[in-house]
Amino acid sequence: MSESDITLKSGRADWLGGELPYAIPSKKLGMWLFIVSDSITFGAVLVCYAYLRLASPNWPTPFRLSSIVNGAIMTFVLLSSSVTMVAAVEAAKHGRIAASVRWLSATMLGGVVFDILHIREWLGLIHEGLRLYQNPWGSSLFGAAFFTLTGLHMTHVTVGVIYLAIVAIGFRRGKFTADDVEISGLYWHFVDLVWMFIFPLVYLLSARIR
Amino acid sequence: MSATTTHAGSPAGMSWFLKVWVILLALTALEVFLAYEELPLHVMLILLMGISMIKAAMIIAYFMHLRYERTNLSWTLIPAMVFVLVMMSFFFPDSIRVERLGQFLH
Repeated sequence: MSESDITLKSGRADWLGGELPYAIPSKKLGMWLFIVSDSITFGAVLVCYAYLRLASPNWPTPFRLSSIVNGAIMTFVLLSSSVTMVAAVEAAKHGRIAASVRWLSATMLGGVVFDILHIREWLGLIHEGLRLYQNPWGSSLFGAAFFTLTGLHMTHVTVGVIYLAIVAIGFRRGKFTADDVEISGLYWHFVDLVWMFIFPLVYLLSARIR
Repeated sequence: MSATTTHAGSPAGMSWFLKVWVILLALTALEVFLAYEELPLHVMLILLMGISMIKAAMIIAYFMHLRYERTNLSWTLIPAMVFVLVMMSFFFPDSIRVERLGQFLH
């Protein structure tokens, strides 16, 4: 079967029934299935956070303007790293390996900057007295919920940086293909996507207005 | 059989992705602006979640390229995920009950 047979086109001519129902590499389908299950994991933690907030009459709103600005910068960094990731995939698809590796490095840099900003934010809150089971502002459940949710996300960013480094090295050495770069991109964009929910639900809804 | 099929049918080049990026940044700015408007919590929640879902949909459709994959991939992935997330939300009335219960205990 040639490549053109399974190329995406509108219409029914390309339909191959049960043989190639998705017309994507199996690794890519694997990544998509992982992303669906991982989004359910994040969904569970977010639902847990929202549940605790609703059930606690004194949920704290500890995020000062500096935290919100910091979070907005983190959002900017992560969204921009998604664009560099797209650029890496485009370069890889066109066989420009060096350019692709450069864009991947830029994406990793974005991830590292995100992590640094996030850890700085954490340290600031810890300095103000936020702990897993207590804080000076209100419900003692806030710390556990906050650190679990943002910690899980930060772990994903860190793992993503390591994953992209492995893919970049393998791609430069010819061990990995452009498809592998694209699949690592799926993971990276997913991490970006999750932050699009954490930032408003955790930070913006708990901004200290006065 | 070659496995490289996925870039067929994608829009032309980086300029499109940059447009998506600008829209996502603008929506983020709108969210930050809304955070400092003193709206009722449920209105704020609906607005922020609505904007976030638009942003997520754009990331999935363009950056993650799902719009240019076969439709049956989307049909396999998205409804199952949405269904599970909706099922989890059935717990929420219970959390409000816990708060109301607190009032009677005092």
